[in-house]
Amino acid sequence: MVFQALAFYLFALVAVGAAVMVISSRNPVHAVLFLILAFFNAAALFILIGAEFLGMILVVVYVGAVAVMFLFVVMMLDINFAELRQGFLRYLPIGAVVGLVLLAELLIVLGGWTVAPDAVASIGAPMPAADEVTNTRALGQLLYTHYVFLFQGAGVILLIAMIGAIVLTLRRREGARRQDIAAQVARRPADTVEVRKVPTGRGI
Amino acid sequence: MFSIGLPHYLSLAAILFAIGIFGIFLNRKNIIVVLMAVELMLLAVNINLVAFSVHLGDMVGQVFAMFILTVAAAEAAIGLAILVVYFRNRGSIAVEDVNLMKG
Repeated sequence: MVFQALAFYLFALVAVGAAVMVISSRNPVHAVLFLILAFFNAAALFILIGAEFLGMILVVVYVGAVAVMFLFVVMMLDINFAELRQGFLRYLPIGAVVGLVLLAELLIVLGGWTVAPDAVASIGAPMPAADEVTNTRALGQLLYTHYVFLFQGAGVILLIAMIGAIVLTLRRREGARRQDIAAQVARRPADTVEVRKVPTGRGI
Repeated sequence: MFSIGLPHYLSLAAILFAIGIFGIFLNRKNIIVVLMAVELMLLAVNINLVAFSVHLGDMVGQVFAMFILTVAAAEAAIGLAILVVYFRNRGSIAVEDVNLMKG
């Protein structure tokens, strides 16, 4: 129990510290790296609470895909980031006020809530005991049966996002030599090869 | 203090969410960091969903957390693609000028 508490506080503190560094670091590359740290700690928290599959998925999807994509974009674009930081201090007070008000509201809600008495009756899919069915298997049994259409819909969303990203960023550059298969296939020997009669002893 | 329950996870999620909002205000010019702050907020929402799922013993919360993960990944991909196109057209990512694109 004490170990669980210590692990929770460790991971939570590192996650919050990393989140603060994400929004306040000067260099966006450092911000992305701190984002990765925050995701790793959140994944550890998920594993701690018993949602192992989501913890692993968090590492795979967020750290492996999203954060690396951020890193690519930050490094690919040639931006003067110092210029973008102008007005950082100007927005600090209003941002702090809004953030603190929101935090206070959320914590007030946290102080006064109770579980509704009929909440237990409306449970959609009871969680099986962890020593009988693993978290991954339980999630799969739910996802591929009751939520199969939503699962397919999520796949379609990802496909559309992929196509959209490709369509947005694809460009034809002048001067780049690309393979044009239609032009290759349409090429005939008559267009390219010229047969000349060479007189003996005189050359062309 | 030493028994970790739902309130601990909810407070952590609330703090992360507030940091995300704060980051959006703080880095208004730097759209990349704004996108990262949005990712942090989605992470906080996921922590909430998983904490409630475990607290109530309901697997559906984790299913929804997975869908939020999907949407977050798609959103990041599209957002960064739009950012790259914008940078290509204008040579900067100063989102203050983004209303110049209309018309």
